[in-house]
Amino acid sequence: MKRVLLPLWAYRYFIVSSIKTEFRSRFARSKLGGLWMVLHPLALVLIYALILSQIMTAKLPAVSTQYAYPVYILSGMVGWTLFSEILSRSLNVFITNGNLLKKVVFPKLSLPIIVIGSALINFTLLFLTMFAVFAVLGHHPLQALYALPLLILITIGLAAGIGLFFGVLNVFIRDIGQVMTIVLQFWFWLTPIVYMAAIVPTQYHWLLMLNPMTGVTMGYQQVLLYGKVPDLALLLYPCVFALVALALAMLVFKKANEEMADVL
Amino acid sequence: MTAVLSVNHISKSFKEYSSEYQRILSWFGLQFKPIKQHAILKNINFSLLPGEAVGIVGQNGAGKSTLLKIITGTLQPSQGQVQSRGRVGAILELGMGFHPDLTGRQNAYHSAGLMGFTQAQIDDVIDELEAFAEIGDYFDQPVRCYSSGMQMRVAFAVVTAYRPDILIVDEALSVGDAYFQHKSISRIREFQALGTTLLLVSHDRGAIQAICERAILLEQGSVIKDGPPEQVMDFYNALIAEKENSTVTQEVNYDGKVATASGTNEATVDSIGLYNSNGEKVDFVGVGDAVELRITVKVHQDIVSLVLGYGIKDRLGQVIYGTNTWHTKQVIETPVVGSSYEFILAFPANFGAGSYSIQTALVDRDTHLTKNYEWRDLALLFNVINVDKTHFAGSSWHEPRIRVSQL
Repeated sequence: MKRVLLPLWAYRYFIVSSIKTEFRSRFARSKLGGLWMVLHPLALVLIYALILSQIMTAKLPAVSTQYAYPVYILSGMVGWTLFSEILSRSLNVFITNGNLLKKVVFPKLSLPIIVIGSALINFTLLFLTMFAVFAVLGHHPLQALYALPLLILITIGLAAGIGLFFGVLNVFIRDIGQVMTIVLQFWFWLTPIVYMAAIVPTQYHWLLMLNPMTGVTMGYQQVLLYGKVPDLALLLYPCVFALVALALAMLVFKKANEEMADVL
Repeated sequence: MTAVLSVNHISKSFKEYSSEYQRILSWFGLQFKPIKQHAILKNINFSLLPGEAVGIVGQNGAGKSTLLKIITGTLQPSQGQVQSRGRVGAILELGMGFHPDLTGRQNAYHSAGLMGFTQAQIDDVIDELEAFAEIGDYFDQPVRCYSSGMQMRVAFAVVTAYRPDILIVDEALSVGDAYFQHKSISRIREFQALGTTLLLVSHDRGAIQAICERAILLEQGSVIKDGPPEQVMDFYNALIAEKENSTVTQEVNYDGKVATASGTNEATVDSIGLYNSNGEKVDFVGVGDAVELRITVKVHQDIVSLVLGYGIKDRLGQVIYGTNTWHTKQVIETPVVGSSYEFILAFPANFGAGSYSIQTALVDRDTHLTKNYEWRDLALLFNVINVDKTHFAGSSWHEPRIRVSQL
């Protein structure tokens, strides 16, 4: 553990600088520059909030605003966006940085950390714009906000664990990256984000609960829609799943470390 | 002195499995035989002392880059180990990780970070780095506006901003303009004087002989020569001309230098000698003396054409003059088998004092790369002494008439 973490700490400046570089180069030649960092999530939030609130006005039990449904979707989406961004970028992080890995010696694990860092920044911006829109809609879910870091941590653990496990294998078998992109699309619809878990027939409920993102997503909805602390029993399974995935990811990474540069 | 870098029994082979799943399962202890193993390096051994400058030469695909990557640490050897003391700085590709939309300064910070330095450490050297790159205001412009030479200047400045204990350079010195090349070489020399060990890969004979005191020749993954650069480069040169039925021999001649001869031997140099204006064979000539180089060539087999080429090399092995009978339009068409031809080359010895060598080449046309009957390095050694001329420095004699007048 120490042998993994110490070099990463030594490369902290590089990690921070890479995250900065990523945002800098993304907006370098645009007039509005950093403003785009807010405009993108704002567009996403507005689409869900305005359009869906008009089309689907169905009320959710125990929520007294006509914006209940958009708030429900956004609460789940914000967590899912973090999850899918980290997962899909981790899948290709070694391949896209192949040339660097072949020519420069640096701790390889700083690459997924950079991915997590920049995804967290995107998440924060999305979250803040979403919160601002919530406020405009008259929804102020402040009561249980302190539980959010736990949810974020579990989301990162799940995404990084699964993403890195397949990301390492993807270096050797490139089909994995393709398959996982499709899996991720199905996964979205297997998670109660746009629909509620209650509408799923009870005989398929086990399938929903097998999905580690179900508990986490419901956690986000608890905090952001109902203002309640999430049910810890629901988070236990995703937590264990994340730890196992991370452990497996580290195992394959360790085994693959030597041969990775050979095939990049 | 103890070695700063030792390469012990390094072998590298790339494994190919019939399916990648087998590779993955093999990490977990399941036994699968790779269907193919491409051996890139075979049992490489050498060690470098502090401050030593060593060149690695070899044809494309000889394994030079793989070896450098293993020493740098980005590739793991299949067998053997590399032991190094101190920080290894590697220039395997200049401008690695540069972002076109970032300024030179931002890129400098970012790439120094990639080398493992912290912001404070980079702050300390950034001014010096900017001064070394000498690109003026461009330093704060996006790199996409740079010429490739400017980009290379910044990249080189970044890599050499901190003196490493071992510096590995792969073909990087050949880019950039002459001015910056000199500047880079003198910075490398500076490092070397302070104790940095240098490992340089280059196809540029001049660079290797100018910087290195030792060269290692790689051929098909093995070290086939390890010695003084001049000797190794002569061998390398002979090797690239090697064709079927060709041989390369090296023998130590009378003053301890190694003479390399190679070729297919359809025609060979029978005798070679330097003669003064009195027709006496000499080893020593005075600056500016009229001399004759007499070479007799014997033709052993049927060949279409015969061209004699020669070059006069200085003490460092750099050719200071060379030409051949193709250029002088004196090609011998269909030479008679079994007969000998004499070539007399008369020229003034307008050289500086020092020792010189002559290389000869018997070929079919203007280069030795099509047919190489015989190539002989150090075929003859002679010394030039300054007997009666004004004292001067350098390897060639251009006596001036100097007029001085008060204005």
